[in-house]
Amino acid sequence: MSVQQLGRVSAAGDALPVVVRERGQRQVFCGLAGIVWLHRKIQDAFFLVVGSRTCAHLLQSAAGVMIFAEPRFATAILHERDLAGLADCNAELDRVVAEVLERRPDIGTLFLVGSCPSEVIKLDLAKAAERLSGVYRGRVRILDYSASGLETTFTQGEDACLKALVPELPQLPSGERSLLVLGTLPDVVEDQFARLFAELGIGPVHFLPPRRTTEFPPLGSGTKVLLAQPFLGETARACEARGASLLTAPYPFGAEGTLGWLRAATEAWGVTGEVLDAVTAPAIARAQRGLAHHRASLAGKRISFLPDSQLEIPLARFLRRECGMELVEVGTPFLDRQLMAEEMRLLPEGVRLTEGQDLERQLDRLREDRPDLTVCGLGLANPLESEGLRTKWSIELVFTPVHGFDQAADLAELFARPLRRAALLRV
Amino acid sequence: MQLTLWSYEGPPHIGAMRIVASMEGVHLVLHAPQGDTYADLLFTMIERRATRPPVTYTSFQARELGGDTAELVKTSVGEAFERFKPRVLLVGEACTAELIQDQPGALARGMGLPVPVLSLELPAYARKECWGANETFYQLVRGLLKPRVPEAGRHPEPRPADRRPRANLLGPTALGFRCRDDVEEVTRLLASVGVDVHVVAPLGATPEDLLRIPEADFNVCLYPETADQTCLWLERMFGQPTVKTVPIGIGATRDFLDEVGRIAGIDVTDAKSPISSRMPWYSRSVDSTYLTGKRVFIFADATHAVAAARMCAEELGFTVVGIGTYAREFARDVRECAKRYGVEPLITDDYLEVEKRATELQPELMLGTQMERHIAKRLGIPCAVISAPVHVQDFPARYAPQMGFEGANVIFDTWVHPLMMGLEEHLITMFREDFEFHDAATASHLGSRVGTSRPAEGGSESQSAAEPADSPVDSPVQADASTVIWAAEAEQELKKIPFFVRGKARRNTERFAAEQGIQTITVETLYDAKAHFGR
Ligand code: SF4
Ligand code: SF4
Repeated sequence: MSVQQLGRVSAAGDALPVVVRERGQRQVFCGLAGIVWLHRKIQDAFFLVVGSRTCAHLLQSAAGVMIFAEPRFATAILHERDLAGLADCNAELDRVVAEVLERRPDIGTLFLVGSCPSEVIKLDLAKAAERLSGVYRGRVRILDYSASGLETTFTQGEDACLKALVPELPQLPSGERSLLVLGTLPDVVEDQFARLFAELGIGPVHFLPPRRTTEFPPLGSGTKVLLAQPFLGETARACEARGASLLTAPYPFGAEGTLGWLRAATEAWGVTGEVLDAVTAPAIARAQRGLAHHRASLAGKRISFLPDSQLEIPLARFLRRECGMELVEVGTPFLDRQLMAEEMRLLPEGVRLTEGQDLERQLDRLREDRPDLTVCGLGLANPLESEGLRTKWSIELVFTPVHGFDQAADLAELFARPLRRAALLRV
Repeated sequence: MQLTLWSYEGPPHIGAMRIVASMEGVHLVLHAPQGDTYADLLFTMIERRATRPPVTYTSFQARELGGDTAELVKTSVGEAFERFKPRVLLVGEACTAELIQDQPGALARGMGLPVPVLSLELPAYARKECWGANETFYQLVRGLLKPRVPEAGRHPEPRPADRRPRANLLGPTALGFRCRDDVEEVTRLLASVGVDVHVVAPLGATPEDLLRIPEADFNVCLYPETADQTCLWLERMFGQPTVKTVPIGIGATRDFLDEVGRIAGIDVTDAKSPISSRMPWYSRSVDSTYLTGKRVFIFADATHAVAAARMCAEELGFTVVGIGTYAREFARDVRECAKRYGVEPLITDDYLEVEKRATELQPELMLGTQMERHIAKRLGIPCAVISAPVHVQDFPARYAPQMGFEGANVIFDTWVHPLMMGLEEHLITMFREDFEFHDAATASHLGSRVGTSRPAEGGSESQSAAEPADSPVDSPVQADASTVIWAAEAEQELKKIPFFVRGKARRNTERFAAEQGIQTITVETLYDAKAHFGR
């Protein structure tokens, strides 16, 4: 803790922004929160967290208690007697899994999700998944990953989940090629991208995670991997380990980011710049018309990001370059320099970039900076509002369709709305 | 291991947070990994608190395990003390820290801070939220007041004749159900019989306030779930009697006043029927006749469940068809209550069991928590929320107590609202042949939205924690895809039944037919079923 600025680390290249690393108290979800959107996307998957009452409570709070259908996630809550011996603990887990699968015969894949408690007691979920796979072979696929708060922050839970899927993907026959888009996208966005790739003559295109685990995309040395989300470093590297190659691109937020993202694919497929321009021109024009509405409220306004989803850097780039906002501080929980290389190049020199968190000090800086808008988690939003700071909750950014040309204006709107509202209110 | 989809209570450290978040001048250092910081949003989003709970999380990570987690505790404690300058510091562990056994309490105590440092034991694998709140409040009061406990056998001085009696209100907390307004209402109620409120705790209290607790003549245990241990200890150590009646409902409020009168030695007769108490007359007015015998299923914390049952039976003329609680520590009260109404108590923290019971009972009204709101929505049963856990819409901006005479007024409105207004019901019956009154016409308050089909179940999944709930009144469930067949005349007859009960009549008849092994439902079966279900 203390001012643990573990030195000033310069990112590759001199013109790139300087990153200040911080350690201390955090204010973030752990990776379990990813289950909230993953279970909506993968429609035949069930997520069984093996953890404590805290984990169950976190999931429920992150999801909101508004779900009235039976959710496709649950927690196997450890009790005192489970801590007495691991043998019994495993037997108990088998019993709970049987109970889940009996209740939900429609489940194709069951994820056993590790938590802090399961890790600390060294409950080996990989072994358990193997054992249970033997029992349910041919009926249900059983996989495991850890989303514990000891190792994962918020969106890293999705990375851990997708990484667990990589070994399951069928082999892409040698000599064939395909594009694999990584990261959970709302179906509507996925369909838009699929149409764009088709028009560009790029294919076959697959998405991970799939909508159903019966539709696993193939993976092999002919696979080009394109990341739709910036927080999937482990998954990307697991794909590389199976021979796939990673395309470097900015992330598809805003017109500029989306164009750069598509360009990376066209270059890999040998599609010309003229084709790219022709195919994307109408969508870019639409995006720009849409953005024009919001630029008036956003241009010149100062924004700070508290570290949360790892989307901070691409979003900061979009808000600055396409909406005219001024960046005060961009915090990110974890900075993957390789995956962020293209984005970092688009950030202004001298921007204050922080990695990790020391909450109280960060809030001190925020109070001093008094930006027009602060992007933060749900726990902090109202307290900051009550201090007269306008906020945008970051969780919406992972729940709402925000990628691609046709969502660029919606993305800008998410940031413009709190400012417009503040301008309206006279109470 | 217990399979849990939704839970009524969080872990015990959430209970501890409810106590410190209620107070001023205290701070909690919680030894916990980063993800446990989600708990802040319960307070800032659900209750819309304008400040963060006074909690510092050590936020330890994998790389610190086995190494310097203990050091991290000390740094966190030191920094929290420096920054927040609390007058009392509490130290506790969440589930993961309990496993690594750093003894953060002992570490913090060893630091020689100039304020009391209390170490909390919050067994995360055995206990839950309410227990944690109850225990934390008790440890806090005991920790501060122990040095002031009079020697055994020394009785408190009698109240001087010229001083009004004083009471402490113990138990209201952050995230509790309507605590803010209950405190105000009970304060008014006590004022009406000449009793002053001395200390309210933990809600709004400082450590110094806790030290003044023994100066009052008696304690009011407003919420036994959080304060019964504390009240018991104060009774034993300081000879302060406890008023145990929880004043929810007219009868209970009058009993409460009687108990206060007895303990304080004052006459309370004049306060027992204030003109602002409208609920008894509303309940007696003729339009309320239709409420008679409405079948109610209650599931809540023990205090609110028991109070609701009495109100239902004695003050609204409902029939209690089921009662239960998730608060195992208080199961006995609910069991006794269930016996009184001749129903089977349901003691569980598994909402699926509650849903199963509700499905079997097919009540006409459900009184419960946020969880029952969803169960009721799925079953198409009207519902009102009476207890924690609750959601953002259950922290209303307006004054809406549950306790005292105004609380009874509020409850009358909120419970009766989801049921159809009597007069309206008569009108609909009278005009049921009228072409404008048909199934597809929506109730006046619902606007045009509900006439069209509602989003499919699950349509509201993954809304964020702060989104408001849907309207409390819900569309009826679809008719069962049953195997029994309806004869044409029976179908005709069914159409003559007012539409707002038609769905239920259909369901009941089909259930009756299935139970009796009847394949074709005739007009006869319809009326047999009606007789069978007694309505
Ligand atoms: S941080 Fe760990 S203990 Fe807390 S909810 Fe996440 S996985 Fe569970
Ligand atoms: S129809 Fe609407 S206005 Fe009439 S009683 Fe029902 S809820 Fe109230």
